This record gives sequence, structure tokens and C-alpha cells, in this order.
Amino acid sequence: MNVLARTTTSFARSSIGKKIIVALTGIPLLLFLPGHLAGNLLVFVGPDAINEYGLWLHNLGHGAAVWVARAGLLAVFAIHVIVTIQLTRQNKAARPAYAHPGTIQASRSSRIMIWSGLTILAFVIYHILHFTARVGNDFGGAAYKTTVHGEPAHDVYKMMIDGFSWAPASIFYMIALTLLCSHLSHGFASVFQTLGLRSAKTEGLIKFLGWAYALVIWLGFLSIPVAIWIFGYGR
Amino acid sequence: MNLTLKVWRQDGPNDKGRIETHEARDIPEEASFLEMLDIVNEGIITGGGAPIAFDHDCREGICGTCSLTINGVPHGPDRGVTACQLHMRRFRDGDTIWIEPFRAHAFPVLKDLVVDRSAFDRIIAAGGYVSVRTGAAPDAHAIPVEKENADAAFDAATCIGCGACVAACKNASAMLFVSAKASHLNHLPQGEPEKHRRVLGMVRQMDEEGFGNCTNQYECEAACPKSISVDNIALLNRNYAAATAHEAAVAP
Ligand code: FES
Repeated sequence: MNVLARTTTSFARSSIGKKIIVALTGIPLLLFLPGHLAGNLLVFVGPDAINEYGLWLHNLGHGAAVWVARAGLLAVFAIHVIVTIQLTRQNKAARPAYAHPGTIQASRSSRIMIWSGLTILAFVIYHILHFTARVGNDFGGAAYKTTVHGEPAHDVYKMMIDGFSWAPASIFYMIALTLLCSHLSHGFASVFQTLGLRSAKTEGLIKFLGWAYALVIWLGFLSIPVAIWIFGYGR
Repeated sequence: MNLTLKVWRQDGPNDKGRIETHEARDIPEEASFLEMLDIVNEGIITGGGAPIAFDHDCREGICGTCSLTINGVPHGPDRGVTACQLHMRRFRDGDTIWIEPFRAHAFPVLKDLVVDRSAFDRIIAAGGYVSVRTGAAPDAHAIPVEKENADAAFDAATCIGCGACVAACKNASAMLFVSAKASHLNHLPQGEPEKHRRVLGMVRQMDEEGFGNCTNQYECEAACPKSISVDNIALLNRNYAAATAHEAAVAP
């Protein structure tokens, strides 16, 4: 084996190396969420706005861009999940339990990362089947075809309204988002620590930004099922 | 004051271990936590039992030998204080106190509250030193050191290697210890030349010993009797990435 391959494998096997991989794969996911949110919020502008945005996204780069983005995001997501599961298993194996356990300052969010993470994983699978692959519903059917400036397009607006009118979907969505917010509040600051970019001087700022980011994501995404399912927006 | 102790008893490394209840009677408030255990042990010995084994040496907070987890917190409730410097006035009459060893699979229990922390010695042997030729000591001011670096090195060097960081971590990670020891030497011109080798060697040994992975919860910093900062961990993460790149691309 050459030197480069040897260094890469020992890095990927090491504790710090694995953590750096988790942090680096977390970054595109952190960047993706505000973009996804901005697009979704167009539902409040009206059917034309969000349908036009959907069509634009699907035509980007002759329809290739959306697939490249999907493949990239899925790849980093998968790596993020696999490596954190490896780390968590090692962590569980490293520490016998105390008869009288104590916690000094670890935040609740930081202590449930694996559970919030696994819920998000389940949610992402459900979410993709629900709105992207449209399995078990007729969101891909003729009732969800519309036109934007005369061009045939998918009726994203109607799909969202109908999707969130169904209580179980909205409830699961809201629970998953709340855990996502918890996951992000710890994950955001962790990226800085793991990449060695945090210090006592910047700690306060990074913590604040992490909380603010998580809160914006939570409120933003939550506003959609709340508006549709609870307040009957668009129904 | 009178207290109820729930103490971990384990006859040897292969014994399963159990929690035993002991009554501590007439403990003076000014006794240290270890003196309280001494008093309890005297009673046990008088009654013909085997005293509770626990580690201690200096009893003044500088050697890092004492290693008790008190009510789930290594070294007990006070920040920046070792168990030997903790006083019984910190507790109230009638309290129940849980006393357990520092828990980590990398720190196997030898007996009762005594654990084997030689994993730390092996980490130090893997790079936590400076290679110098022996001979006459150079003048202390022969090599100038930037004030910031000298301060950072001194802060890291206050680590007494007790292992409370490992015991406090939910994952039994040794990152605070390793990062303090690495940062102490990496900050100084004498340690600079071996920086990459040191970081790689110590981190590899740490992983081999079976410590867990840091999840940035900072329990270690809160439990550390010397209040070593987790800034050292951030620095170690960065240095490890640099050392890996150096090893892949530059090192012979
Ligand atoms: S006995 Fe030396 S530090 Fe506690």
C-alpha cells in the first residue's frame, strides 16, 4: 500500500479522523437546509411562485443539476450517518455505566444526538418517499399536473397542501423538525470545535449562532404544517 | 455529621463488583473527603472487615492520584478541586453519598475504588515528551518564547493526569488529557520540531487503549480539577489533521 492510502485509512479509522469526517459531511447539510426552507416558504407567496420555482429547479442545467445535488446530498448524508453510528458504538463500548450517573454541564441536545439523528434519518426516508418518489400517494398523478407560463409543470403547491392536510404526516413532520432543531443546535457548534476553529474567545458567538440557526430552521419549516394543517391555509 | 455511603466494592479485577452501604458516624465537618473514608475504614477494620481500597498520595491536589467519582461526578461537586481537597462541610448531615471508581474500560478496576490508569503512561510514552540530548542545562532565557505561547503551555501543563476527564465523559474519551499534554509541548519551541510525530503517536495510542470519542459535551472541562480548557481539544483536532497531511505528503 502506498503512503497516501495508508495515511487515508489510518485517518478514517482514527477517532479524530472520523469526527472530522462527520463535521465535514455536516457542513453541506447545514447549508442545504436554509436553501430548502427558502424554496418551501414560497408556498406562502402562492401556487404560481412555488410551482415556477419547482419548474426552474428541475430545468436547471438541462435537468441535471437537481440530480447532481440529490446524489451529492445523499452521499454526504449516508457517510454522516454511517460514521456517527460507528462512533456511537465505540463510545458505548468504552464506558461502563455508573450506578449513580451524574451530568455536570452537557446539554440535553448533546446527549440525545444519536436519537435525534436516527429520528431524522427515519424522517428523511419518509419525506423522500412522500414528496420526492411519491410512493403510496397519487402526488405524481394527473391531478397534480399544472402549467407554468404554458409549460407543463408539477403542482408542488397542491401537493404540499394535500400532503400536510393529512394529520399523521404533519404530526410526524413537526416531531422530526423539533428533534432536527435540537440536533442542529449541538451540531452547528460541534463543527467548529471538531475542525479546531473554536476557542474560548469565539465560544459565545458560535453557541449563539448555532441556536439562532436552529431556531430559524425550526420556525421556518414548522410554519408550513402549522399554517396548512392547523389554520387551514390553502385548503 | 452522619452520612450514608453507597460504596463500590470489588474484590479484584475479575470480580463483578457491587454497591455496599456503610454508615459514616461522627464525621467532623472540617475532615477532607479522604479523611472521612479513613475514619470509616477504621471502623470497618475494628469490626474485622476489609477496608475500602482507594488511591491517594499527596492529599493536597497536586499529584492526581485520588480518583473517586462522588455522586456521579469525578472529584465531587466542587469545580477545580480534587477529591482530596474536598471537605465534608460541602455535604449536609444525613446525606447519602455515592462513591464509585473512575469508570472507563480503559481504566480497569483493580480493587474497590482503585483503577489502573497506566493507559495514560503509554500515551505519554507514545509522544508526550521532548527528545533532548543530555548535558549541561541551557540558560533559561536562551530561547525566547512568546508570552501567549508560554501562557498556553503553562495552562496545559497544569494537568495532573488524574483521569477525571475520562471518568466524566459519557464516552470515556481521553481527549482532554491527550490534548493538554500535546498542547503543553507543541506550544514551546523545544516541542515544536516533534509536533507532528507527537500528535500522531499520542492519538494512535489513545485509540488503541480503547478510550471513546469526544462528542463536544465538555463534561471533561467541568470535572477537571485544574480546569483545563477544551480549547486544547480544538487545537489537537486541528493539529491532527495537519499532522496527517504532513505524514501523507511531506514526511519521509
Ligand atoms: S491525592 Fe494527590 S491530588 Fe488528590
